[in-house]
Amino acid sequence: MSSSDTEKTASSVQRIIIVGASLAGLSAAEALRSEGFTGTITVIGDEPYAPYDRPPLSKTVLTGLLPAEHTTLPQRVDLHAEWLLGVPAIGLALENREVELADGRRFGFDRLLIATGTRARPWPDSAQAALDGVCLLRTRDDAAKLRARLAAGPKRVLVIGGGFIGSEVASVCRELDLTVTVTERSSTPLIGALGSAAGMFAGQLQCAHGVDLRCNVTITALEGDENGRLRHAYLSDGDTLDIDVAVVALGAVRNVEWLHDSGLAFDSRGIICDSTCRAFNTNGMATDNIFVAGDVARWPHPLYEGELLTVEHWGNSVEQARTAAHNMMSAPADRRAYETLPAFWSRQFGVNLKTVGLPTFADEVVLTQGSIAERRLVAAYGHKGRIVAALTVNMARWLPAYKAMIEARAPFPPVLHAPDGPAELRPVPAGFPPRGQSTHSPIATPTGPGPSISPPEESSTSAKVQDPRVPPGFQPK
Amino acid sequence: MLRIVVDLNRCESYAQCVFAAPSVFWIKDGESLEYDYVPDDSLRVQVERAAAACPVQAISICWLDEQLGQQRGNHNEQ
Repeated sequence: MSSSDTEKTASSVQRIIIVGASLAGLSAAEALRSEGFTGTITVIGDEPYAPYDRPPLSKTVLTGLLPAEHTTLPQRVDLHAEWLLGVPAIGLALENREVELADGRRFGFDRLLIATGTRARPWPDSAQAALDGVCLLRTRDDAAKLRARLAAGPKRVLVIGGGFIGSEVASVCRELDLTVTVTERSSTPLIGALGSAAGMFAGQLQCAHGVDLRCNVTITALEGDENGRLRHAYLSDGDTLDIDVAVVALGAVRNVEWLHDSGLAFDSRGIICDSTCRAFNTNGMATDNIFVAGDVARWPHPLYEGELLTVEHWGNSVEQARTAAHNMMSAPADRRAYETLPAFWSRQFGVNLKTVGLPTFADEVVLTQGSIAERRLVAAYGHKGRIVAALTVNMARWLPAYKAMIEARAPFPPVLHAPDGPAELRPVPAGFPPRGQSTHSPIATPTGPGPSISPPEESSTSAKVQDPRVPPGFQPK
Repeated sequence: MLRIVVDLNRCESYAQCVFAAPSVFWIKDGESLEYDYVPDDSLRVQVERAAAACPVQAISICWLDEQLGQQRGNHNEQ
């Protein structure tokens, strides 16, 4: 380490704790060492595994190409970290600067990074959720269990929720030649993340690949036999399905409960932090020693008009954690803002879907290149005459060009003169549903302007809208 | 043990890695890259060539034995 590195580091920072031993936690630890931090790094994780990669859990692990235990992530630098795995953190004492673990141990810190991420939203009826055959998909263990179920050749798989996880699971089922039904409360799959215009295309892909897709439909109940094995699902359209596997793909819940009474500003939407990743306390002050990164963070992005974003993306976990790590060990003048554009990919039904920017911020979308018929296309998303996101389907090489337009706040619809584009650009409404209407969650979304507004799901009528069993058409009063 | 991870946001499916290490990387459905996170150690040279050949430098490689041992040690203490 050079002497300039030493000077740059706030000299009082000797002990750093990272709560969350997944991609964001690992990326932060790597960045701390790469930038020359020589103090102690302690990483706390509730799962008993070294950091592993989640994207393959809904793809190659389920198809059987990759064993779940092969997803362990490489550690790119020698971390010399203390790993406390298999024990969750259950409390944070700001004044003592201590984290408490479930086994009663307490650890002091100079700087804390909160990267506790999310967990899968469970089926709301716990007795039904406990039936043998009802699965979630978030962790390595979830993926190994679901892989075993699929390999056993179930007669029909039910996927509850047509978001990215649900759609990828359905895609794998069809690859394995399994009969699969997808139910989605709103009008199309992927509507939460991409809107109904792109969602209609996703729905066409599902049907073309033999998925029994039921939109505007909910599952009202799951039922087992006398041995507790899943047997039936009851649908809001009156149908009953004979099933042995149900995958509950209702989106994610943020792991924030352990911060109760900590004095930090958080709610079910995430922990509020500034663009340097410093957590806010409930008085609206940015703390100087608590940082946040990854799925659990909620922060203002300069390109999206001060809205606080939550982004459950792989790339966000890496880049935000690197920014947080840099800022944790930097003097205030050397801190940098986190302004990386959200970016995402998915593979399903024979196509590679990629996005850059924030589709959920858009009001309009336009096909700019390729065509739906070819299943190769680029679509641009616009908000008030400015391009804010782009989606590619099997045309990923175009994405960097659109990224540059988004960063430059280029006009929408974009002026491209692309030889493979339509003669005339015809924007249509992007078609994002009201919050809570889709069965799944939007993955990356603006969540309102600041800490003072209570989350909409805290009112009782909205709680009913959030219940995935409530059929479409329910109007909150 | 050899371990790799690919930044698939960065990946633009040029497939140079597939040519360099065909048993480790493969293209699914025309554009989606898939790969084995834990290639056999005997493929090290191939994997290093693949990482070097990537036009967008999306492939990270490391050897993990030491860190993994350390993690197991800590876990057993509990």
